Amino acid sequence: MSLLTPTIRPSVVARLNPVSKLTVALIVSCALLLSIDWVSAGVALLLEAALLFWCGLGARQFWLRTAPVWIAAPMASVTTVLYGEDSGALLWQFGFISVTEGSAQLGLAIGLRVLAIGLPGIVLLATTDPTDLADGLAQILRLPSRFVLGGLAGLRLVGMFIEDWHSLTLARRARGVGDGGGVRGAARRFFGPAFSLLVISVRRGSKLATAMEARGFGSDEPRTWARLSRFRAADAVLVTIGFVIATTAIGVAVWAETWSFILA
Amino acid sequence: MPETSPIPHGRDPRIPAVRVPSALIRNPQIRAAHIRASDWGWRHAGRHNQAVSGLDLQIEPGERVLLLGASGAGKSTLVHALAGVLGDAEDGDETGSLLIDGHRAAEARGRVGLVLQDPDSQVVLARVGDDVAFGCENFAVPRAEIWPRVRQALTEVGLDLPLDHPTSSLSGGQKQRLALAGVLAMRPGLLLLDEPTANLDPGGVIDVRDAVVRSLDHSGATLVVIEHRVEVWQDVVDRVIVLDPTGGVLADGPTREILSSQGERLAQAGVWVPARPPRFPTRHPIRHPETLLRAEGLAVGRVPFGRRTASVVADGITFDLRAGTATVVTGPNGAGKSTLALTLAGLLKPAGGALRASDDFSAGIPAEPHRWRSKQLLTRIGTVFQDPEHQFLAATVRDDLLIGPRALGLSVAEQSTRVGDLMHRLRLDHLADANPFTLSGGEKRRMSVATVLATRPRLLVLDEPTFGQDSRTWQELVILLAEQLDEGTALVAVTHDAQFVSALADEEYRLGMPDSIRLGADAR
Repeated sequence: MSLLTPTIRPSVVARLNPVSKLTVALIVSCALLLSIDWVSAGVALLLEAALLFWCGLGARQFWLRTAPVWIAAPMASVTTVLYGEDSGALLWQFGFISVTEGSAQLGLAIGLRVLAIGLPGIVLLATTDPTDLADGLAQILRLPSRFVLGGLAGLRLVGMFIEDWHSLTLARRARGVGDGGGVRGAARRFFGPAFSLLVISVRRGSKLATAMEARGFGSDEPRTWARLSRFRAADAVLVTIGFVIATTAIGVAVWAETWSFILA
Repeated sequence: MPETSPIPHGRDPRIPAVRVPSALIRNPQIRAAHIRASDWGWRHAGRHNQAVSGLDLQIEPGERVLLLGASGAGKSTLVHALAGVLGDAEDGDETGSLLIDGHRAAEARGRVGLVLQDPDSQVVLARVGDDVAFGCENFAVPRAEIWPRVRQALTEVGLDLPLDHPTSSLSGGQKQRLALAGVLAMRPGLLLLDEPTANLDPGGVIDVRDAVVRSLDHSGATLVVIEHRVEVWQDVVDRVIVLDPTGGVLADGPTREILSSQGERLAQAGVWVPARPPRFPTRHPIRHPETLLRAEGLAVGRVPFGRRTASVVADGITFDLRAGTATVVTGPNGAGKSTLALTLAGLLKPAGGALRASDDFSAGIPAEPHRWRSKQLLTRIGTVFQDPEHQFLAATVRDDLLIGPRALGLSVAEQSTRVGDLMHRLRLDHLADANPFTLSGGEKRRMSVATVLATRPRLLVLDEPTFGQDSRTWQELVILLAEQLDEGTALVAVTHDAQFVSALADEEYRLGMPDSIRLGADAR
């Protein structure tokens, strides 16, 4: 299991085209960013929760992957409740901290929003192979192959950064500058290897570019694709579901008269 | 293998299970390439000197050529030019002509396949099959034809792996064979290899060499290979061309003839000529070597990214490191040799067992090296890393060498005396103001050893010190280390290099093997 070849359990969602997953995540996010109210976010979250059963993530994997969102959402929520714009009845006050009906509602809306936008994003990403995503971006969305494949190849170098960083840190210790010096010493220990890492990475990147060029990459001739990336009926269904979630969320919020268009 | 079977391990519907006419698989219509250089030359942009000049040569289709020459003779430049990756007028000035089958080399891409030295920087994609297919895609090979080609190329190089096997889990030798497969799938008429085995262990070297031979026997393509370890390729090639650093060709002819007539000259230029092995230094062992560091049931491992406990790669390691004694650690790839070296050097915490310094060696600080402070390591243990670039800290060679002595708080006079002596001894004087990152491979290695010797540690730990070095640097390094041993420094080196073991080792510890071997003075 690694960044570029994640172990993805076969599931309905995993078989879908990454481009359609990306589209759905974008549609839902855009719809939820148009308003700050708890109803639209709550409805979207409920509908998404039903879909998450098909994503094929095990319980352990699901909680591990989505942990950042579960931590971020309550924190954003509490912060808004305590410090958000006050309106309505005052519920609680301590110094300049005040909790009002308005700020409590705002806090709930923010928390639900972080979850409703974050969860599908992470789950869809966890079931997507970067190579498949690149194939989709280039073949379906027709993004320039030079850009897409260059990025994909570059991503592979990230794993090597970690190895290099480890060696660079050990080497500093071996050379007598691995500890001491207080804050300045610590700063030097961070920026020193960072510079070496930059030099080493640029060097490696240019070697990779040569190897790719030698295999015909980067010419203006048309290229073929060994892996076919297609937008199938199932993908159309997924995108439709995305639209349904977005419109239902907006519709229910308008009906409940909680919808507040941020640009209005 | 049935001729028309669908592709094995095909991942889901995106890879079509195409049936291909067997003729395509068995008899690829590869035309071997012809090379002609007429008064050809190249000067890299921003450089004063020509990298190559006045080159006249002709290579017939199907010939197998070993390209030799001193470092800086322009071997890589020529090979890059043939591969069409030197760039255009912005990147340098071209003179004369370099033709492949009568076309300019820069326009003959696709006829030419290139494999470079560094295994890690040639892998393009995350899965084996996709990576091999990459070249075919760029040259617009129809999808139905790509996968049979991929499968055949993988068979030719002997990589029997599923197409969706992650490339990140391959060994160095496997990565080089993958790069070769990626090139072979393009069906080139000219195969160019730029030191393809310099960074590999002995097993990997043979695997790659054999894969090349197998594919050439199959395709009949022309071969040009650069490699300073002549032994690996001498029985494969039928012609040797030696480039002259001052321009043109120094010698050109049948392998045996050139190696005997030019052997002495090549050996002096750092080429490993089998008939002229480097000399081993005479050792003067010290009398009663005391034990500096003792490993007892030591287990070593690294803490994986994001984890708290180390995963053990080797355990049950027991030996003593003694003053004036060279201990080498050998063993197959992945046995944990480098991890052991880093642990002995006090850089990694042991994963189990004990590693303790003698009272005399630790001299008043705790016995466990990993608990020593960074500065306390300086006079006790010096570590030479596998990749010299990892240990460079300053912008010039001199400043970098001064870091250790300065950290020890030596007087300014003493600092400059030590560093001056070392630079002179290791022929780095003329590079004092150069940036360490711009040095050649041999210079980097010498410099990385110098940084360690500057603080005069009593124990030297070296990780593959002779990897990819030419015979001249090798010789210098071995003599220098022998001197340190004679003066009573303890040495432990992780290595694959059998010659290094023969030249220096007093004791050999085989990791992943049942027992270690004690080599007496007479065994050497």
